Amino acid sequence: MEALGLLIHGFQVLLTFKTLALMMVGLVLGIFVGVLPGLGGPNGVAILLPLTFTMDPTTAIVMLSCIYWGALFGGAITSILFNIPGEAWSVATTFDGYPMAQQGRAAEALTAAFTSSFIGSLTAVLLITFVAPGVASFALRFGPPEFFAVYFLTFCSFVGLGKEERHKIVISMALGLLLAGVGMDTVSGQLRMTFGWSELLRGINFLVAVIGLFGISEILLTMEERLALRGHVARINLRVVLQTWRTLPRYWMTLLRSAAIGCWLGVTPGGAIAASFMGYNLAKRLDKDKESFGRGRIEGVFAPETAAHAAGTSALLPMLALGIPGSGTAAILLGGLMVWGLNPGPLLFVEHKSFVWGTIASMYLGNVVGLVLVLSTVPIFASVLRVPFAAIAPMIVVSCAIGAYAIQNAMFDIWLMLIFGVVGYVFKKLGYPLAPLTLALVLGNRAEDAFRLAMIGAEGDLRVFWANPLVGTIMSLALLLLFWPAIASLTERLRALAGLRTT
Amino acid sequence: MADDEAVAAAAEDPPVASSRSVDLAVSVLILGLAILLGWDSWRIGAGWASDGPQAGYFPFYLSVLMGAASLYGIAATLRARHAEAGAFVTRAQFERVMKVFVPTLVYCLLIQYLGLYVASFLLIAGFMWWVGGIAAWKSLLTSLVFTVVMFVTFEIAFNVIMPKGPLEAAFGF
Repeated sequence: MEALGLLIHGFQVLLTFKTLALMMVGLVLGIFVGVLPGLGGPNGVAILLPLTFTMDPTTAIVMLSCIYWGALFGGAITSILFNIPGEAWSVATTFDGYPMAQQGRAAEALTAAFTSSFIGSLTAVLLITFVAPGVASFALRFGPPEFFAVYFLTFCSFVGLGKEERHKIVISMALGLLLAGVGMDTVSGQLRMTFGWSELLRGINFLVAVIGLFGISEILLTMEERLALRGHVARINLRVVLQTWRTLPRYWMTLLRSAAIGCWLGVTPGGAIAASFMGYNLAKRLDKDKESFGRGRIEGVFAPETAAHAAGTSALLPMLALGIPGSGTAAILLGGLMVWGLNPGPLLFVEHKSFVWGTIASMYLGNVVGLVLVLSTVPIFASVLRVPFAAIAPMIVVSCAIGAYAIQNAMFDIWLMLIFGVVGYVFKKLGYPLAPLTLALVLGNRAEDAFRLAMIGAEGDLRVFWANPLVGTIMSLALLLLFWPAIASLTERLRALAGLRTT
Repeated sequence: MADDEAVAAAAEDPPVASSRSVDLAVSVLILGLAILLGWDSWRIGAGWASDGPQAGYFPFYLSVLMGAASLYGIAATLRARHAEAGAFVTRAQFERVMKVFVPTLVYCLLIQYLGLYVASFLLIAGFMWWVGGIAAWKSLLTSLVFTVVMFVTFEIAFNVIMPKGPLEAAFGF
């Protein structure tokens, strides 16, 4: 068990006063961000990223990932007490969580949500601990063609498995890839798509785009909807917590199923939202009493929360092991890695052992501390929602501006952030998905470099992508996923034909 | 309940633009962008050199892909003529969005002249007082506390340097 030894080393890295203090700060900030309407995991992490620029990478990622855990916990508070999902993947939690709060069982629902989040995350962290090193050492054998194939697979799975209109996914992704290409071309040194404008030489920074796309656009959307906050009061005492925990073993099947779904879907990009709905729907479908779902069943909280958090956490697995983020937030953390001067990819496990295992150890510790913290402070954070939005909105705008400016010390980036804010607002309203754009922006250059290096190595022969079984399998899988909707509808039609013939 | 509210709101709240027309406009804009970027990439060379793809190769074909997708989008929107045309944004909604967008725009302009912290103070206090209708002293106090906390956190504790203006200069920062 080499992983266990390394994990213990990770805990040693973590157990300094400064790191632990920053961990608590991260958790509190994260819960705060998660509770605020119109902010969630990715926005919170993006806005607070500049705080970490002067830290060493390990401390920085510990704090950032704690902001993320905190935001995940905080999202459940708003879903249950106010019927406002803090994140898209908290939507399924509102189905039964809010009715429970209406029936005066808010404390029970919150305990269930926090506990199942914890169980989901823990399952995923265990997965990361024991699977990620293997994946990384396997990926060490990857050359440029293999890496390009994996990137290609990521993009194809978005197009093939996305729920939005197909052409909008393609546009969103192509736009992200194009924007990533703006500026100096790393291979030839030529300037691309700058139109002689010196501000564009630096390229379009991924984090600036994210702050605009998620932070500013959320403010615009929240303003437009004019949220009327009518929340329920919740006070959690130890008795309710223990009572709810005592019922846990009864739901082991639901928890286990949701955790498995979450881990599986989290590794594939954009999976957390799908995971939460799938967890909920499966719990509902497999239950004898389907009708009672949506009226305050505790399983209706357990199932989506476990799945969403397992997915949200396991999204960090490909990020750490391959340098490919599985979710929007993971993409931002990846952007952070680059700012701190680390090169994401399988080599991280070899060259930066303390960093990787410190991160993984912080996932364990952050979740335990987060659970205790959130259970004990719910009333305080719930009262945050009574602060008028007119006070919170400008503060978020200020935080966004600080974040955008700090990345490259450029005023131009603040304007860019504003433009991306408008783009994000329009895109969200028209059903253009933002996750492919984010992912394409952060992966674009790396995907292109891998492609060109592969081409240089193979002297321009495209057959290099089917040159060995490994790369061939990944590429074929990617194409299969890309055309999955067409294949699915074709097989359905064939089956219908066969059905007609037999009857 | 929610439906009733929506119906009542729709009666007295005319749409500024329909989703259909905005969808169409965005598709056309993206098509334009695709043509622009594609042309620029073609200009710097989108073919194959002796050592693999040229600098414009990747962006050129991405532009083609994006252009094709936007053409498909335009066609799909035009074909769906009889689909119900929902409102992209109603007048009341648009006004509320502008209430936060315009101050943000002014804020970005002010940063260049006053520095980030003074502009932030003005944004928060102004927004709370003007848009939120919160008492002036509360707005000013909240804004002052928040701005000072930000200044101490970033400028002093974490050493993250922000654009500064005449006020900070007067204090020797």
